[in-house]
Amino acid sequence: MSSSEAAARRPKRYLMEREGVLAPLLLAPSIIYIFALVAIPFFLAIAYSLSDVTIGDPSFDFVGLENFRQVLEDPVFRRSLRNSVVMTFVTMLLVVVISKILALVLTKDFRGKWVVRFLILLPWTTPVSLAAIAWLWMLDSLFSPIDWTLRRFGLIQGSLNWLGNPDLAVVSVVAVQVWRVVPLAAVIIMAGLVAIPSEIYDAARMDGAGFWRTLFQVTIPLTLPVTAVAVLFGAVVVFADMSVPYVLTRGGPIDATQVLPTWAFFRGIQGGDLAQGAAIALFALPVLAAMAVAILRSVRKMDIG
Amino acid sequence: MAIVEARNLTKAFDGQNPAVDNLNLVTEEGEYLVLLGPSGSGKTTLLRLIAGLEQPTSGEIFIAGDPMAGLPPRVRSIAMVFQSYALYPHKTVYENIVFPLKAQGVEAAQRPEKVSWAADLLGIGHLLKRKPRQLSGGERQRVALARALVREPAVFLLDEPLSNLDAKLRATARDELKTFQRRIGVTTLYVTHDQVEAMGLGDRIAVMNEGQLRQIGTPREVYSNPADTFVATFVGSPPMNLIRRGDILVGFRPESMLPDSEKAGEGLSLQVDVSRVEYLGSERHMLGTLAGGDLQNKVTGVLPAAMPLDVREGKDQVFFVHAPDLRFFDAETGKRTDPRPVRDIA
Repeated sequence: MSSSEAAARRPKRYLMEREGVLAPLLLAPSIIYIFALVAIPFFLAIAYSLSDVTIGDPSFDFVGLENFRQVLEDPVFRRSLRNSVVMTFVTMLLVVVISKILALVLTKDFRGKWVVRFLILLPWTTPVSLAAIAWLWMLDSLFSPIDWTLRRFGLIQGSLNWLGNPDLAVVSVVAVQVWRVVPLAAVIIMAGLVAIPSEIYDAARMDGAGFWRTLFQVTIPLTLPVTAVAVLFGAVVVFADMSVPYVLTRGGPIDATQVLPTWAFFRGIQGGDLAQGAAIALFALPVLAAMAVAILRSVRKMDIG
Repeated sequence: MAIVEARNLTKAFDGQNPAVDNLNLVTEEGEYLVLLGPSGSGKTTLLRLIAGLEQPTSGEIFIAGDPMAGLPPRVRSIAMVFQSYALYPHKTVYENIVFPLKAQGVEAAQRPEKVSWAADLLGIGHLLKRKPRQLSGGERQRVALARALVREPAVFLLDEPLSNLDAKLRATARDELKTFQRRIGVTTLYVTHDQVEAMGLGDRIAVMNEGQLRQIGTPREVYSNPADTFVATFVGSPPMNLIRRGDILVGFRPESMLPDSEKAGEGLSLQVDVSRVEYLGSERHMLGTLAGGDLQNKVTGVLPAAMPLDVREGKDQVFFVHAPDLRFFDAETGKRTDPRPVRDIA
């Protein structure tokens, strides 16, 4: 008789020793979390988008796809959708390049490496809204330290008015999103880099490949799948984020940085039209779902195993 | 084809005993030299030093008479096959083999011809479009060899290339490696910890331990005339028996232990208290201690199936070793010494 059989036969003295009790208990928090904070709001949003619910009149009347028709006719919505897609795309493009370089740097050995690692990870540990407020000060029209520095070097006169100029506002929002997502992407890509066996690099050296050839023919292709995963995570975070544009620009000036989450918030919560707000927010779903499917499919095709 | 030479070669990693310790080694033209040693003996480090993947702490390496100090791997006209084969997993077999040609700037027009030459030599012409993932262990090894061969190197370095294969495949792969090397006739250094592989493949064997070269010679020399007790006990399975007689150790191979009835001429008679007999089909292994002597004198005998000797566990048995089969080592240093007259040790 093995010891595990003996253990199984011993009477269970504690409630926690019973699998029938322990398993549901341990699963409960995540199930409650997913149900209460993901599933219910999600189905509520679908229900609202098909109704005429407003804050003033919460009675539920089914109106079919009327909300979606109205939303699509709204030029601000179309602007927001375009902004969301373009800004997420540009953000992720910059994130991939910067985080790849950072990941390569971080896998090398040098003095003071831990300080650099610490600094790179810092943005990820800051709460989004606090970070956005800090950036709000950094980009202030009167007191911006960036402007001050540029003035000191004589590169500009007066103020750039980062958040007041429609083009610079877009640049600002993208820059802050990049700053926020780069640490996560860099750490994910770094994990992919570390997983490449050192013999592969030895083989590349024996084969006579130099730095660039090794980088583009070996390192980058081998970290492509993990980079794609980093892009997926980052893009979802950026696309669904309303804190940064909301805190920095409130979607302005003249809707230049209006994105789906902020527009849904303005229509649904501040404007009181819950039904239209839900319809706007739901537009993010097919976009993100299509992107996730496309990325995960291409990852599966890149067999590097 | 080229001669590889290491002169007073030392490689020490930070705060550790030197991995390679003042080593001297010269290969012969076109020979198959096997570096044999236990793990941690420095044989892989030696290979990486020759390859140029590591720089020596001191000492020099010469390939075809040219000093290699400071030269990167790509200009050393050597090729290396790694333990894991290190194929590029995202490239097809063709792309893997052509990679070194591209890296070395071989003209595009000449590349396909060279690849198909290497692929045909190793019989993998039909696999060129596959990815490494879709290949068996043996096929991967051949791709790794083709990738090494395509550059037409002067020296081949092989780092335990068979250790990733299962036991059955290993025998055929060993045979293929040997045939392949004979055909191309390139000087080859082959690292292994498996003495059967070493004996079977090597023109010569270099036995290493703790970063030092203990002996270099043909398999026959290394087996029958080991330079010291390390080589005597590392090469051969079961290892050479060593029994103490005063200030010397007397060594003899397990298969040299013959039944007393086979006695012919001078030799050593041994009364053995048999503690265990292992039946292995083609032979029997007899484990026991020398009766009368101290208990540390354990011996192992190998009795071929054709020898109808009735050996039983717990029974005393007299064995005889002929004088020419005896080897003598200094008990202090472990080095082999001149033969002693049998009457001194009986």
